[in-house]
Amino acid sequence: MGWQWFHRLGSPRWFYEKTDAWMPWLAVVSVALLVIGSIWGLGFAPADYKQGNSYRIIYIHVPASFLALAGYYTMAISGAIGLIWKMKLAEAVVKCAAPIGAVFTFIALVTGAVWGKPTWGTWWVWDARITSMLVLLFLYLGVMALQEAFQHQDTANRASAILALVGTVNIPIIYWSVEFWNTLHQPATLKFTSESTIDPSMLYPLLTMIVGFYVFYAWVLLASTRSEVLRRERKTRWVNELAAAKAE
Amino acid sequence: MGLESSVTSPTSAEGSLQAQPLITPSIWSGFWATFKRDMLIAVRHRGEMANPIMFFLMVITMVPLGITPEKGILQILAPGMIWVVALLATLLSLDGLFRSDFEDGALEQLLMSPQPLYFQVLAKVLVHWLTTGLPLTVMAPLLGVMLALPAEGFLPLVCSLLLGTGCLSLIGSIGAALTVALRKGGLLLSLIIMPLYVPVLIFGSSAVSSAIEGFPMGGQLAVLGAFLAFAIMLAPIAAAGALRISVNG
Amino acid sequence: MEFQFSNWSEFMHMAGHGPYVWACYLITAIALAYLAIAPLRQRRLLFVELQRKARIEAREQQLKSKQAAESSSV
Repeated sequence: MGWQWFHRLGSPRWFYEKTDAWMPWLAVVSVALLVIGSIWGLGFAPADYKQGNSYRIIYIHVPASFLALAGYYTMAISGAIGLIWKMKLAEAVVKCAAPIGAVFTFIALVTGAVWGKPTWGTWWVWDARITSMLVLLFLYLGVMALQEAFQHQDTANRASAILALVGTVNIPIIYWSVEFWNTLHQPATLKFTSESTIDPSMLYPLLTMIVGFYVFYAWVLLASTRSEVLRRERKTRWVNELAAAKAE
Repeated sequence: MGLESSVTSPTSAEGSLQAQPLITPSIWSGFWATFKRDMLIAVRHRGEMANPIMFFLMVITMVPLGITPEKGILQILAPGMIWVVALLATLLSLDGLFRSDFEDGALEQLLMSPQPLYFQVLAKVLVHWLTTGLPLTVMAPLLGVMLALPAEGFLPLVCSLLLGTGCLSLIGSIGAALTVALRKGGLLLSLIIMPLYVPVLIFGSSAVSSAIEGFPMGGQLAVLGAFLAFAIMLAPIAAAGALRISVNG
Repeated sequence: MEFQFSNWSEFMHMAGHGPYVWACYLITAIALAYLAIAPLRQRRLLFVELQRKARIEAREQQLKSKQAAESSSV
């Protein structure tokens, strides 16, 4: 009985109509949280005594890194669901999650690089975390490229799901080996502010931004999946009726 | 052949129409048959087999030409350079792993056979490793001499390549299976597989460089061995799944 | 909790770190805006395409019934 919603998710139309009401709420909440968090972090949080004002980049760098990784797991889990239950919706999520996750990874990389300039005096450091992020970006790009390469949507779905799953098995190994490689080649002096010692006055805006990024991710992923579902169902009647209704 | 199983058809109850028992060859004989067939094909195309090795040799020749022939610098570059080029050579050869079988329809026969696909893929990967990974490993000391690799580096180089190229072939088989149905799969194969090679590269080249610096290399080799065991377990499963998708899709 | 900077230009400057901080926020804002707009744009394009297809089909239907009417009158 409790699983009915799960089976209903198999119907693209049910999903599209159900989520219609959620979209404005997700949009308002995420934009509000992001705006409040940014103003709080930029203007009201105290400056770091060591890094000065440059640490304010943390308010986007850390949430973006969280989502870069969480986005990959979202994609891989949807891929597994799509492979096992052949659920159309999960297959659409795999396709949509890849570019979104890649953008978050890109944000994490760019903000990390820009942060490195005032902190370490150089744009690019082969730091363990940054390097792992770069490899994660490559994994995302691989899934996107594979998704694009096939002519049949069905083959593309399943092939990219397999690649996403293989990547998931590898991510912990990659992180661990990059960590090992880093300790070999660099003294562990270059470090971001460790989050455990962060002052509450700096922590609360960070938490606001993290929650804001998560809600934003949910919003964007849903919006993207919704339009992808429409595209895949464009031959059906309900989509055409929807298009006709939008024309008036 | 202890694993032979026989299936009798349900019509065998009819006295005169005694159905012939259907004999399924054992897993081992299926593995062996694929292995022998692929080995034979590889030996008959000896020219193709030499290509990755020539690539290996030529790229290594470019290094002193492009950077410097100075011994001190080459010495530092050698472990990483040899490993990176071995990785590229493996990648280049991977595109052909399933392609010719896909094009002449042999792959479809393989998918329809009662044998578990896991062992068939394993046999194919083993042949791939015997024809690329192993020759690359054997060649590596020669290239080490060309790049002025210190004497302590040779044994770890061979050991790490021996274990590492096996991982490269196994992981790469997933990419080869995913892209086999694509007309221009070669470059895409490299794109999707290269990030997965990062751990092997790190531990492979670090085994060599730490041995040169006088540290024990056992840890890194153990990790490479663990990767290999892990890859033998999982990679053929993923590759078999990918093959089914590519061929039927 | 109070505003950490005494005036606007100090806020922009951030003791020399301003360009880095503001560049990060700007890049992120652009990237996030793209993520938010792209699906809406994709959906609008799809609807426009479907509407055009529907119009073409309606026209063809019209033409066919017209021809049918003419041929029956002759």
